[in-house]
Amino acid sequence: MTWYLIRRAGQSIAVIIGVMILTFILLHLEPGSAARSVLGLRATPARVAIFDSLYGLNKPLYQQFLIYVKQVFQGNLGISYQGLQPVSTLIAERLPRDAILLGMSTLLALLIGVPTGIYQALRHNRLADDVLAGTWFTLYSAPDFMEALLLIALVCVQLHLLPAAFPGGVASVAGLFADWPALVLPVVVLSINSVAGFSQYVRSTALQTLAEDYIRVARSKGMAERLVLTRHVLRNSLLPVITILGLALPDIVAGAVIAEAVFNFPGMGLLFWQSALAHDFPVMLGGTLIIGAATVLGNLAADVAYSVLDPRIRYGNR
Amino acid sequence: MATAETAPGSAPPSPAGHTLAPEGGEIAASGVGTQLSVRAFVTSKRAMTGTGIIVLLALFCFVGPLLYHSNQVTVNLGIENTPPGPGYPLGTDQYGIDVLGRLMAGGQSSLELGFAVGIVTTVIGLLYGAVSGMAGGIVDALMMRLVDTLLAVPTFILLIIVASMFSLTLPLITLILIALAWPYTARLIRGQVLALRPREFVQAARTMGATGRSILIRHMVPNTLGISVVTATFSIADSIYALSALSFLGIGPPPPFTDWGTMLTNGVDNLFNGYWWQVYPPLIVLVLVVVAFRQVGDALNDIVSGQRTAAVRRRRFRLLPLSAPRDG
Repeated sequence: MTWYLIRRAGQSIAVIIGVMILTFILLHLEPGSAARSVLGLRATPARVAIFDSLYGLNKPLYQQFLIYVKQVFQGNLGISYQGLQPVSTLIAERLPRDAILLGMSTLLALLIGVPTGIYQALRHNRLADDVLAGTWFTLYSAPDFMEALLLIALVCVQLHLLPAAFPGGVASVAGLFADWPALVLPVVVLSINSVAGFSQYVRSTALQTLAEDYIRVARSKGMAERLVLTRHVLRNSLLPVITILGLALPDIVAGAVIAEAVFNFPGMGLLFWQSALAHDFPVMLGGTLIIGAATVLGNLAADVAYSVLDPRIRYGNR
Repeated sequence: MATAETAPGSAPPSPAGHTLAPEGGEIAASGVGTQLSVRAFVTSKRAMTGTGIIVLLALFCFVGPLLYHSNQVTVNLGIENTPPGPGYPLGTDQYGIDVLGRLMAGGQSSLELGFAVGIVTTVIGLLYGAVSGMAGGIVDALMMRLVDTLLAVPTFILLIIVASMFSLTLPLITLILIALAWPYTARLIRGQVLALRPREFVQAARTMGATGRSILIRHMVPNTLGISVVTATFSIADSIYALSALSFLGIGPPPPFTDWGTMLTNGVDNLFNGYWWQVYPPLIVLVLVVVAFRQVGDALNDIVSGQRTAAVRRRRFRLLPLSAPRDG
């Protein structure tokens, strides 16, 4: 177990270093040069040279990489071309809001997805199962920007129930909740895809759990069906969901870019999208690094939680 | 990610020192003759429905323009936003361009991209994964860390970054998607190869003096081909979707390039004016083609793995990388 954790942590560090190399390479793939991007096309060669030496851009690549790593660990992710603000400040402002958006939508997805999945497993291959599976499947296949826009068309334009987008200038986390009607649709849209994934996943694990001997034993000793479901089926089907949560993180983040762009949600996704439109590479790459690290750590946490929660799992005591 | 996941509900991970032997029949059915697989495919309702939809859509996009001539080049503001009616079966868009004809033209780029990405990523992923799995040791570890790195960052995020660096064309975006999408296949194939390695026929080949390369080509590749085809169908669906999302965000290829995502984006601007014909047709074909490819992939997966257990179904939703390989 300990060995497994050490090895797993080692792998995670290796991957995070890999992500840093990747963002570093991307930073240098950027057409033109950083100096030209910041100083403009008309900058004199002398100014470019000063800029380059100021930011160490005239040093050999490996030294630049070491400087980059050092800066990252000091919390310095570079300067945004647009606002000339530190990227770390921009990201730090938005991360808590994203934590709320992603957390709420994932929670909602679990609350809907898990019971649906178990219900589908109980109605295996009957009409209800097929209808639900078909519905989730279609929702999952439809592009999420379409779901968002159709919801806006229905809820905001036709029914006038909720605002279609966040007002600009939401500053704090508390501000998000002050505008809670604007929060509803982004959370719902983001959770749609996750519900589809979670429910189908829980369905398949619940099907396997239902076929286990201990379920038959529980039923044959006269245990109430409600207890069988909550104590045995639910618990055992929930475990794999932890792994899924870790693995779903990249998908959820990718979905967040689109949802935030549609709803003007002031989070990382919106920042990322606006930076992409403005060719603001430091922001994009800083964001990528944070997202990559979050994914790696999320997976690690999921693995550890899984191995702690499931006593049957003992990793290679080699 | 090299995760600790065990397939849900499957036997707990093998005890110490136990190799990654497949549990009975896990891959056995991939040895089934081609004829049998074809028969299973033809008799599968899901596979045939999916294939039917794909063939029809391909005919619509590639043969359709030969039969249905429409103006796709010149802007004609005299007939902008015409509702469906005589002359324009699906109306016109905000530039006065026929929507039905645009649907065909947009579908061509979507489908070309999908097939190119699906096939090439599968070939690269198959070879990379097989070599990594066969090599083992430090080579395998290094090769897999590269895959882990690419998998750690959401593909869509990388796609946005690279897309915003260049002025995109269809071939370029195809290349970018290929460069970003192969790690999924590679990780999956490596898991399969690891499971195949201790099998008797591989051991037998080794005993008879077969080189690593010949084992790779004669045993590993054919035995992982089935599962590769499955991932190919999924990556076709994913890449068509990625292109449309990119166009939606306004980072897609510039005009006159068109695809279904671009049509949707333009149409959505007019949805609130009630111009529904600019939104629903591309939306419907987009959903249809993605569902169709996933259905085919799902059905193929059942055939290839030879097991109709529910565990297979999880791949229907792309949350888990197909395999659950543990780093051995």
